[in-house]
Order: sequence, then structure tokens, then C-alpha cells
Amino acid sequence: MAIESIKDKTAIVGIGVIDFSTNIGRSEWYSACQCIKLAADDAGLNIYDIDGMVKNIDDGPDPSYVQKGLGIDNLTYHSESHWGTSAMMNAVQGVASGSCNYCVYYQAAHRVSGPEKSISDYRVAREVKDDSLDMIRYDFFSPFGLIGQPGYVAMMYRRYMHETGITPEQLGWIPVVDSENAAKNPNAIFFDKPITIDDYMKSKVIADPIRELDCAPKVDGAIAIIVTTPEKAKSMKQKPVIISSNAAGMAPEGQFHTSYTRDVITELPEMKNMGDELFRIAGIGPKDIKLAMLDDTFTPYVPLQLEALGFCGKGEGAAFIEGGERIRVGGELPINPDGGLIGQGRFDTTRIVEAVRQIRGTSTNQVAGADTILVASGAGGPADGLILRKA
Amino acid sequence: MAEYVQGIPIMRPYIDQDNQGYWDAVKNHKLVFQHCSKCDKYHHPPRPMCPSCHSQDTLEWKESSGKGIIYSFVMFTTNKMAYPAFKLPYAVVLVEMEEGVRITANTHEIEPDEVQVGLPVEVMFEELPDGQTLYRFKKREA
Repeated sequence: MAIESIKDKTAIVGIGVIDFSTNIGRSEWYSACQCIKLAADDAGLNIYDIDGMVKNIDDGPDPSYVQKGLGIDNLTYHSESHWGTSAMMNAVQGVASGSCNYCVYYQAAHRVSGPEKSISDYRVAREVKDDSLDMIRYDFFSPFGLIGQPGYVAMMYRRYMHETGITPEQLGWIPVVDSENAAKNPNAIFFDKPITIDDYMKSKVIADPIRELDCAPKVDGAIAIIVTTPEKAKSMKQKPVIISSNAAGMAPEGQFHTSYTRDVITELPEMKNMGDELFRIAGIGPKDIKLAMLDDTFTPYVPLQLEALGFCGKGEGAAFIEGGERIRVGGELPINPDGGLIGQGRFDTTRIVEAVRQIRGTSTNQVAGADTILVASGAGGPADGLILRKA
Repeated sequence: MAEYVQGIPIMRPYIDQDNQGYWDAVKNHKLVFQHCSKCDKYHHPPRPMCPSCHSQDTLEWKESSGKGIIYSFVMFTTNKMAYPAFKLPYAVVLVEMEEGVRITANTHEIEPDEVQVGLPVEVMFEELPDGQTLYRFKKREA
């Protein structure tokens, strides 16, 4: 309940995005410093004014390296979180509580060229390569050759097909619309031109029923987001984007992409809990949202997010995305006009960046009247999200 | 189904103080699940506390009937996401056991097109060349 104190207490005033690549040829430390410099320039902020730093554990060098790299004397607030974009919550809390004035949330992860510093699923891939055979956490799956996130999601997806009759011909509209949007976004490197549903159906089945195009590719990238108070934002370079609400969510019997022991495995209860809290704090409902930035790391989670977040009823997600009309720019609820993670690579903070650009009116694929946006992360595991609005 | 490629080791489970009872039983060709004697509830995967009554000393290992039905499955047909120790294709099935918990494993003598949601199966055990014991599911009469 006390969390309501964060409502409208913080704002995003700067974003910094480096050019994404599949072989960046530099260190994550370099990219971390680079994206923060870009974000400070965007905000019109002196780098030395940054006094808070947060990040996700898996994504790049820790704040002590980055603070040293940037030559910042002191950080009165530093913190790391884990899933999705949940470190955003640390930034919001740090600024709202007064622990820092200008908090930067950075994600500097070279997931293709490495290093992949991770304590969770990437461990599986790394340890297979290393011929080290002791698995942590996935010990009930790995001995049977169920390795990697696409396989974990495939288990849920098969059941989802069985229970609701959702087909690849319906789900394929997520990568089709993502590819249309990505073709308009210079930072989305995976599609020069849109694909068709036929192209999707020809995509290789890698863990039946999951196809290659159902999975966001890995990418090298770095993004920084600067958060401060709306009062300080007033005198800054950019029109501020107000953080109306911010929440996280968990649910019983959860395990990242493998919550197989729940009564129902074809729902996203973490996302529902998170979404309910987001709307409660912001004092608005799904009908007030002009566009949604949803987690499309794996396509089956998109219709399930629409259901969990109340954009459609239970079992209606597949019909909502089919044909793409309702989720395109100009549709009832545009989703991921930047091309999503299918178009840009697995990089969760892109969702926040695109939401900021949409509210500023500077997106390469602008949605008219996009003044209230929901951002959701962490589908298939602990969820987090934001409602952002125009000041 | 699920035949091994010789010379490539099967990944071993990481055995810790919470799940040791489960894997010790597998070693003895028994499938057991954690059960709270106070709540009369099964919990899987194993854990340090009963999430229903918060007791840490009422958890026991109770032998499963070994019977269940396929709740979902993944079929690996290409090497992209498959583990190289398995000949393609191979299935990983999620089985809902009679006790109500669900576990994953490979199949034994079930053709790829026979692997379907709802298929009745029962557990069996196998000794691997590297000395570890694993379990699989084979068809059973409903």
C-alpha cells in the first residue's frame, strides 16, 4: 500500500542507446560508459551529477566499474536487481525516497560476443560448452535433454495449444508485425523488410512446437535511462516522461519459464499481479492505455500478457493478435512499434526507451496520441512493469 | 525414443541438501515425492519448508505409484536446441502423476507420433554407462 507514494514522483529525463550489433568488438564496460554518456547528453545533464546507479545483475559491469569509468566521485545509491527491467524499480525507489537525485539504469550486455555474466539460464549454455555437467536449478530438466529457454517455453506452448486450440498461424502475427515495425526502426537490426505469415511458417522448428522466429535473437547492446524527480525535470532539456506507476509481481510455484507444477501453466499470474498493481497505483485501467510495450522474447507469452493485463478476456489473446490489425500502429492497441525484441534482439530496456520516444513524439513509428503507455517485462517469470505518461 | 549418442555424457542433476532424498530414491529405482504429513500435500520440486503449514519437520519422502498421464511435451527434431547426447528426434514429456505433481523425463518405446497429451504412462528406471540412474516413461494400460 505504501507503494502508492511512488505515483507520479519520478520522471524519465534521458535515454541513451548505442548501435546494436551481433559482433560489437568492444567491452561491456565501454558500452556501459558510452550509453550513459549518450543518456546524459540527451538529458542535458553533466555526467558528474549522476549520483545513483542501478542495473540488472546479468547485464554488464557493476556500478563500481562504471562509476570509475565515468569519473564520478560518489554514488549515494547503488543497487542491482534481477529479472526483466526490475532494476527500474530500484531507480524509482531511489529517487522517490531521496536517496539520490539523478539515477541511471543501465543495461550493457553483449549477449552474442560475450561475456555472458549470468547466474541463471545462460549458465546452462555456458556449462554445456564447458562440458561441466552439474546443473543448478534446472536439474529436473537438463538430464533429459530439455535445455535452454525455447525448450522450456515449448512445453508451456504445447499445453496452450492443447487447451485453447491456438495455432502457429495465429501466433505468427507477432513476428510478422514485429518485422513490419522493425523495418522502420534503424536500431532494429534483424529485419530489413517485413516478413509474411508464410515466411513465419517456413521458420525452422527448433523445439517443437517453438519455431526459430518465435524467439528473440541475442544481441550486443547498451541502453541507459536517467530518472529524476518531476520538479528537477522541469528545468531540463527534454520534456519529462512521468512514471505514473511501477510494480513487480510474483505468484505461487513460480520458476523461470518452467512453472510446470502450477494447477494451470497457460497463464501468467505474475504478470496479472503486477498489472493489477500498476493500474491500482496509477488509478487507471487497461482502456486508458494507448499502446503496450509487451515482452515478446517468446511469442506465446504475448497473447497471454494481453489476457493477464486485462486487454482482453481469458482465452481471447490469440484472436486479438490474429491478422495483426488490432496490434499494428493505428490499431486498437498497438504493441511494440519499435519491432519488439524479435526485431531488436533480447534487450528488455528497449521497451522503456520506445515508450519514452512515443510519449516525446519522436519514435520512428509514431502512434498518434500515445500519451499513456504500459511497459511489461518478465513474461514467464517474476514480472515488472511501468505505466508512463505525458507530463 | 530417446536413444543416446555414445561418448557424450548426459548432464547430471545438481544434488543438494533439499533434493537429495529424491535422487537417492532414484538411485534405488524408486520415484518419491516430498509430502507434508501434517497437510497431506505433495510438493515438487523438493523444498526446505511446507509452503502450506510452514513446518520444516513434517516433510517426508513418499513413494509414487509411478503412474501418470502426459500433460505436455516438447519434441526435439533438429540440433539447434537439442542436447547432443540424444539421437534425434527425442521427446521430453511433462507427466502429471497420480499424486498430482508433474515431472519431466524422456520416453521409452513410444513412437514420436504416439506422444500425445493424455497418454497414460508409467515410470521405469535405467542405469547409464557413467554410473548415474535416471527414469523414463513408457506406455501403460489406462
